Amino acid sequence: MGTFHQDQGELHGITVVVDTPGTRVYVGRCDTETPDGIVLLDADMHEDGTDGKSKAAYLEQAANYGVWKKYDRIVVPRDEIASVQRLGGM
Amino acid sequence: MPYDPVLVQPMREELTRIGVEDLTTPEAVDSFLDAGSETRFLVVNSVCGCAAGGARPAVSIALQNDNTPTRSGTVFAGQDLEAVAKARSAFADIPPSSPCFALFKDGKVVHFVPRHMIEGRDAQSIAFDLVQAFDAHCKG
Repeated sequence: MGTFHQDQGELHGITVVVDTPGTRVYVGRCDTETPDGIVLLDADMHEDGTDGKSKAAYLEQAANYGVWKKYDRIVVPRDEIASVQRLGGM
Repeated sequence: MPYDPVLVQPMREELTRIGVEDLTTPEAVDSFLDAGSETRFLVVNSVCGCAAGGARPAVSIALQNDNTPTRSGTVFAGQDLEAVAKARSAFADIPPSSPCFALFKDGKVVHFVPRHMIEGRDAQSIAFDLVQAFDAHCKG
C-alpha cells in the first residue's frame, strides 16, 4: 500500500545517478523523463574534485548513504546526459 | 504540511500490527533509543509506494527471523515531524531519506539502509538484507 504513480516512467521515484561526459555528476530521485532531459527531485550535483572528492569517491559515498540535497528540483538537459543508472545498483 | 492522518493510518498499521512501536513524539523516540546494550530497530516509514510499498512487507518478513532486535519502532516521515527529526538526529551524519532503516546496538547505528537501497526492490530481497543484519547484531 502506498502512493504509486505508474504513469510517470520506469525510473519514477527511483534515486538515480545521471553522469555527464564532463566533470559533473547528478544524483537525485527521478521524477520524470522528457525529450528535454530528466527531472530530479531532492538532488545533488557534484563537480569532479570539489571538496577533494573525485567523481568515483563521491559516488562511492553516495552509494553507501545517499546524498545531501542541494536542489529540491533540477532538470538535467538531455544533451548533458552520458548515462543514467540506479544508485541502488552501483 | 503533514499528510492526512486517515491516509497514513493503514500504512502505520502495516507495522504496528506486527509489533513495531509507533513513535509519534520526540519523547517516545528518546525513550525508545535509550537502550543500553539492547538492540533497537527503527523504521522511518513513508507514504511513497516506490519504496515504502516494499519496505513495510520486508520488515514484516525480517521480524519473523530467529534473531531479531529487542524492540522495533517506527516514525512516519511527513506526518510525525518532530518525532522524525528526533529520530534523524540519532544518525545526523547520514543524509535524510525515507523510507529507511536503522539498527542500533549499544546506542550506536550498526546497520543503516537508506531509501535508495529499498526502492524498486521486492520485499523478499529487502528482508534478506535485514535478516543478515539481524543475524550479525541481534544474536542471543
